[in-house]
Amino acid sequence: MVRFFIFAAAILAAASTGSTQAAEPKHGGILRIYHRETPPSLSIHEEATFSVNIPAMGIYNNLVVYDQHKPQNSMGTIVPELATSWAWSADNKNLTFKLREGVKWHDGQPFTAKDVKCTFDLLQGKGQDKFRKNPRKDLFKNISEVTANGDFEVTLHLARPQPSLLAMLASGYTPIYSCHVPAAQMRTHPIGTGPFKFVDFKQNESLTLAKNPDYWKKGMPYLDGIEFPIISNRATAVLAFVAGKVDMTFPTEMTAALIKDIKSQDPTAICEIAPINVSTNLIINRENPPFNNIELRKAMALALDRKSFIDIIYQGQADAGGTLLPPPEGVWGMPPEMLRTISGYGDVNKDREQAREIMKKFGYGPDKPLKIKVSTRNLATYRDPAVVLIDQLKTIYIDAELDPVESSQWFAKIARNDYSVGLNLTGNGIDDPDQAFYENYGCGSERNYTHYCNKDLEALFDKQSVETNVETRKKMVWEIDKKLQEDVARPILMHARSGTCWKPYVKNMTIMNNSAYNGYRYEDLWLDK
Amino acid sequence: MGSYLIRRFFLMLLTLFGISVLIFTLLRIVPGNIADIVFNAAGMIDVAEKAKLEKELGLDQPIVVQYVQWVSGLVHGDLGYSFVSEKPAIQEIAPRIPITAKLAGLALTFAILFGVPLGVLSAVKQNSGLDYVLRVISLSGLSIPAFWLGLLILMAFVKYLGTIPIYTNPPSGFWATLWLFSVPAAAVGFRSSALVMRLTRSSMLEVLRQDYIRTARAKGASELNVNYHHALRNAVLPVVTVIGIEAAFLMGGLIVTETVFNIPGVARFLVEAIRWRDYPIVQNLVMFIAVVAVLINFLVDLLYAALDPRIKYS
Repeated sequence: MVRFFIFAAAILAAASTGSTQAAEPKHGGILRIYHRETPPSLSIHEEATFSVNIPAMGIYNNLVVYDQHKPQNSMGTIVPELATSWAWSADNKNLTFKLREGVKWHDGQPFTAKDVKCTFDLLQGKGQDKFRKNPRKDLFKNISEVTANGDFEVTLHLARPQPSLLAMLASGYTPIYSCHVPAAQMRTHPIGTGPFKFVDFKQNESLTLAKNPDYWKKGMPYLDGIEFPIISNRATAVLAFVAGKVDMTFPTEMTAALIKDIKSQDPTAICEIAPINVSTNLIINRENPPFNNIELRKAMALALDRKSFIDIIYQGQADAGGTLLPPPEGVWGMPPEMLRTISGYGDVNKDREQAREIMKKFGYGPDKPLKIKVSTRNLATYRDPAVVLIDQLKTIYIDAELDPVESSQWFAKIARNDYSVGLNLTGNGIDDPDQAFYENYGCGSERNYTHYCNKDLEALFDKQSVETNVETRKKMVWEIDKKLQEDVARPILMHARSGTCWKPYVKNMTIMNNSAYNGYRYEDLWLDK
Repeated sequence: MGSYLIRRFFLMLLTLFGISVLIFTLLRIVPGNIADIVFNAAGMIDVAEKAKLEKELGLDQPIVVQYVQWVSGLVHGDLGYSFVSEKPAIQEIAPRIPITAKLAGLALTFAILFGVPLGVLSAVKQNSGLDYVLRVISLSGLSIPAFWLGLLILMAFVKYLGTIPIYTNPPSGFWATLWLFSVPAAAVGFRSSALVMRLTRSSMLEVLRQDYIRTARAKGASELNVNYHHALRNAVLPVVTVIGIEAAFLMGGLIVTETVFNIPGVARFLVEAIRWRDYPIVQNLVMFIAVVAVLINFLVDLLYAALDPRIKYS
């Protein structure tokens, strides 16, 4: 009995020590996260992959940022960063930021309002210096002018009110660049104001960041640095994590099966699976026959069995939804009861019966199937759902053949309209309707691969965009999303979930659950060892 | 001998010229260039910006002009700039060569140290239990895929030793380097040693049946002397050829091993550069591998004469 009490007291003491350690951040140590590939560059503005955001976000700061410890990004979780406060004008067309004083770039130069102006000039292609490529310039086209009011105040003047601009500014995709560092240098040797300084980047080998001792947030970062050894073979990377060679897996890289494997080998590992706001979707060439007929496009949408996609491709770790990420993680996605009212989201057998009737009307049947090619990128994440799609299309007399396209040629082929049906993946950096609607469905947008253009709906895009009341805007967004699905603009097959694992001594880690692009500042992460 | 060397030198130059034309043309036949890939990574194509980038990188020039620019750069020691890292290509390529050379050197040492003596043993003890065991081992070496063996080794290390011998930082010091490279070298060397072992065995079996071996035995030479002095010396020529081919292969063909053991060597870098259509890196790396292969072949030819006095070059 005495032994039991001693044992219990020891456990209590250990537990209390542990909780004290968890509450008291420790300085020092190098966090090691494996990187899945060599990032194309370190200039966040020029890239469109979280392979860049994850290692580079710690180098930079934004004007405002999503709270790094609130998993769901929303307007309510935006906090100041290089700005200390912001204010909208009465007509909601001017957004003024008061800027933080005493902030220094990593090369010692002072940060001022001019740097903010330079950043937006770069994004809008107005300055002398230019980006090599500018994938998100459309997000900021509503900004008509940026004016610096002295060194520490800046105003963004908008062509029309757009409350969600703040959401775009809070994304990991919108860091502030300096005036004095050329855009070309930012790709290879970036200079930021963030908690970590760039040290070294060796292709195929590693990327190293070191603590910024002059960081404007006093006492931070806690880590001495972050190392990203590049381990492109996932099996090796998982073993490296289990063996403790790295402290954390590449964020959102783990499947459910891999997490099970990791937990069986290292039960102490902490793993989280969350939506990453990447949708798998169908693109149908609406300009070339036979799919220039809406009825045929509808038949295709009716053939889809989303549950099968989710079970086969993601072992149940994905969600059916519309354009916007479905709730509860997604802020703007249609509620399930509304989703079920859209054709193609209800009873699969009934929908397919309806689809077959449409196909028969056009003269297709079991003896005379419609022969098509399903084009997709020659990568497993694209190819596998395309194979399931081909199987499902057979049920409505469509005899499809897989057309794997070399990755480098994929978007060029789509841009040339050289496809009839394709399967694509679309990542959303921000869980916000403006980004999703204008980028993917706006008339003339470079990323509107199907060239869907509905002027009436575009007017509704603008209407929801100016709405300041979140609940009212939500209802408008749902109606737009419903219409997009009914118009077979780009049928959404599923929204993927993915996992991240880390060792228990890595403290203060928060995984964002409605975007895979925004949660990597890592300034207050610390190692309890 | 002098005229032979001069002839071989010019033949080597001709071979390298042929390879340079081939790699340069093939790279441009493959669909897509760096500009396509840069924009694909951004999920969009901006035709004007893409054309600007192509112009900036000189990809809008006629192919002949691009070739001449590359070759004249090579002659002057200017390998150009990597399209991806935007650093001089020499700075990207040079640090990776010693990494692969260490791995290839160790693997080759492993192959020779195990392959030749075990091949001799297998031939001398033909059809014995030992011969069967060695044949099974050599066949396994040839048939087990390198990636599978590599992963198996890594899994065993993690499970039983709680560590993983992969490259995440440059090793410091001789012993750390030896430790880091010896495991992947053993994985690669297992296949190479199997090849060497089988070739040594078959070559030895042929030689052991020759009259002069019988004569040596009749003259009272010891088995060791017969096997290693008389037989192996004559059986070793095809083995040397294969070792030469293996050495050339190991300089550029270790993609699977470098990937599994995460070694930032030449082969992995080459594949990555091909994926990005990083022409300056691919062209120069392939040329480097070609030079190594041509030189090794030349050295092997010279070695023939040293090993077999009957061979004369004129």
